[in-house]
Amino acid sequence: MSHSHAAHDEHHDRAPSGLMRWVTTTNHKDIGTLYLSFSLLMFFVGGTMAMVIRAELFQPGLQFVDPQFFNSMTTIHALVMIFGAVMPGFVGLANWMVPMMIGAPDMALPRMNNWSFWLLPFAFILLLSTFFMPGGAPAGGWTMYAPLVMQTGDAFPFLIFAVHILGISSIMGAINIIATVFNMRAPGMTFMKLPLFVWTWIITAFLLIASMPVLAGAVTMLLTDRFFGTSFFSAAGGGDPVMYQHIFWFFGHPEVYIMILPAFGVVSAIVPTFARKPLFGYSSMVYATASIAFLSFIVWAHHMFTVGMPLAGELFFMYTTVLIAVPTGVKIFNWVATMWKGSMTFETPMLFALGFIVMFTIGGFSGLMLGVTPADFQYHDTYFVVAHFHYVLVTGAVYSIMAAVYFWLPKWTGHMYDEKLGKLHFWLSTIFVNVLFFPQHFLGLAGMPRRIPDYNVQFADWNMVSSIGGFMFGLSQLLFVYIVIRCVRGGQKATAQVWEGAHGLEWTLPSPPPYHSFTTPPVVK
Amino acid sequence: MSGSQSASGYYVPHGSHWPIVGSIALFTLLGGFALALNGYGIGKGSMVIGVIFLLIMLFGWFGTVIRESETGMYNGQVDVSFRWGMVWFIFSEVMFFAAFFGALYYARHFSVPWLGGEGAKAATHQFLWSSFENVWPLKSTPNQTLFTQIKEVIGPWGIPALNTALLLSSGVTITIAHWGLQKNKRGQLNLFLFLTIALGVIFLFCQGYEYIHAYHELGLTLHSGIYGSTFFMLTGFHGLHVTLGAIMLTVILFRCLKGHFKPHHHFGFEGVAWYWHFVDVVWLGLFIFVYIL
Repeated sequence: MSHSHAAHDEHHDRAPSGLMRWVTTTNHKDIGTLYLSFSLLMFFVGGTMAMVIRAELFQPGLQFVDPQFFNSMTTIHALVMIFGAVMPGFVGLANWMVPMMIGAPDMALPRMNNWSFWLLPFAFILLLSTFFMPGGAPAGGWTMYAPLVMQTGDAFPFLIFAVHILGISSIMGAINIIATVFNMRAPGMTFMKLPLFVWTWIITAFLLIASMPVLAGAVTMLLTDRFFGTSFFSAAGGGDPVMYQHIFWFFGHPEVYIMILPAFGVVSAIVPTFARKPLFGYSSMVYATASIAFLSFIVWAHHMFTVGMPLAGELFFMYTTVLIAVPTGVKIFNWVATMWKGSMTFETPMLFALGFIVMFTIGGFSGLMLGVTPADFQYHDTYFVVAHFHYVLVTGAVYSIMAAVYFWLPKWTGHMYDEKLGKLHFWLSTIFVNVLFFPQHFLGLAGMPRRIPDYNVQFADWNMVSSIGGFMFGLSQLLFVYIVIRCVRGGQKATAQVWEGAHGLEWTLPSPPPYHSFTTPPVVK
Repeated sequence: MSGSQSASGYYVPHGSHWPIVGSIALFTLLGGFALALNGYGIGKGSMVIGVIFLLIMLFGWFGTVIRESETGMYNGQVDVSFRWGMVWFIFSEVMFFAAFFGALYYARHFSVPWLGGEGAKAATHQFLWSSFENVWPLKSTPNQTLFTQIKEVIGPWGIPALNTALLLSSGVTITIAHWGLQKNKRGQLNLFLFLTIALGVIFLFCQGYEYIHAYHELGLTLHSGIYGSTFFMLTGFHGLHVTLGAIMLTVILFRCLKGHFKPHHHFGFEGVAWYWHFVDVVWLGLFIFVYIL
């Protein structure tokens, strides 16, 4: 019923054509496409840097790059993947799906939506241009710890301002999502009827609004310490370098959940669809998400257990950290219970979602190990940490974005992707991502430090295995690009519902949906 | 600018070139600032161009929104979107200040006491700066060749107390102006809005005077250690927000003089009033934690 109205409006609401369409667009679908394309591009930019890192670590000794450039690679790889690939990926999914899921005509603040996106390319021009500056690109790690980061060359202020612009973009995007969900829901779409993807995104938006300004404050202090004589992070003036770490991780830990909560939402949409059962424990999922978000603000110092905090601090942050396992466990068990006795099929989105559940849990368990203070003294700054956060971010966040792309691509394009190739992509990725990251647990436990271009020969074998996994995982992603492009250009026609078990407003719209989603709000019973 | 009204009356604008102008402006401004900080002369020129673009964007974007609002294109639901937007924007600003208040708290309760030889972190005191004492306000820094000494800090009961009175009364005057708008007493609205701006400007003058005094006579500068750092960064960012608020109020005053806003439809006014109250509350926090305690 709703699409007939939408179709009726289409003749005078056609998308303008040419480049300026994309530059000036205020349409949530166009902006979603821009975000997702940008995310894919940055995934390969950051991925290329990862390949450089793995090539250098293929064998002990220095082969390809000098240590300074290696450090730039790890630093910029992280910044590009976090702020360029994962976050814009999720914002792109939100832009496409949230208005359709809640029955809105568009995002609440469409012009600001455009600005949120169009700040990103400029921020990354600032950041990536630093490779060509005296002193090279920032090399002090993405966490920009003082005083090390102060040794950055001309790149320093560019790094700071890039972070500022990225922050502005994220905050505006978050505000838009909150305004949209709070104000644009169709009649009858009460909060406890919202799809879980929408719920996880509102909570993510709150995390963004509360944490990004703190990062802006932290990097502003770095800037004034370097150029205007302040002494926030200099003990010689009464400040403390450790204070930087506290402020940074007050942002940094919520940031971690900014990158995983929307993933939970995606998995909560996919698992019920392919298990053909409603999500088990919907309201407990909502409360678990909110609990995780709340806890994320009181666990930050577990990133700095070895920095020399008072004992009470170590204990407090250990207990709160381990407490997060409870709401996260609720989620994992709910997904498993959703599948229990379901009539399951294993299309590509489901495979990626299942891969997420299994491998994210591995990352969660290594997180628990790291959360235990005395154990962390051993693991801190080793490859074990690298293995941990790549399990939660690659097989967690990135896998969920890929699951979401396969899940919604037929809705967006009106074509089915090639299921055989999709499955091939999943299996290649899953095999090689484990070849890539699992040995890094062993390396870390054996004592290999992170962020170094060279290592003791005892680490040689597993590094070589890890690098082979890395190259193959990287190559497998080219297949992903091929599948997506082929699907955009044509293929078997998709129905409105696309998947047999799919439920929700977005599946009542035709595939592809009209340029404006719901010009007449649908009534939700 | 074109747009469409959805069946429920929600206005969805179609296409806008202001965001890209804004992006180019920020890029030119901040890229130029970065160049200038690195000592390249071209940076300053780039900053000027950036500011010009930013002003063009602000005039153009807000102009469009004001025009659309005055021609009645925004229904009540659009109004609510703006409200949510403003509320959470202000909250993000609160969190920005929280970072600096957090730094002040950390310095006073952890780093300075530790440097003064208290607690488990006393080794720095013992081996590096054994004559350093934990007193607040921190007038002499651990290393006085790197960070200068302060002769005197600014006490709370002179200009800062006056400033508190100024900002608190400006909160009252803007409320009276709001009542005037609601009761359609335009004279009351314009007069008290003008008074609010005047109080804000006087506040800024007092603040400027205080800064000059601090720099020239008290030796209280950005270079004078963690006290100077937190003092100037907190009051400085607050002053910047007062300036921004005063500019926003001035725009609202001009709009009022042109006859904009209706007794029941004036989000532009309210949004700026909220912002002004936010600036007011931050000042109270500053007055207590920076000046008094």
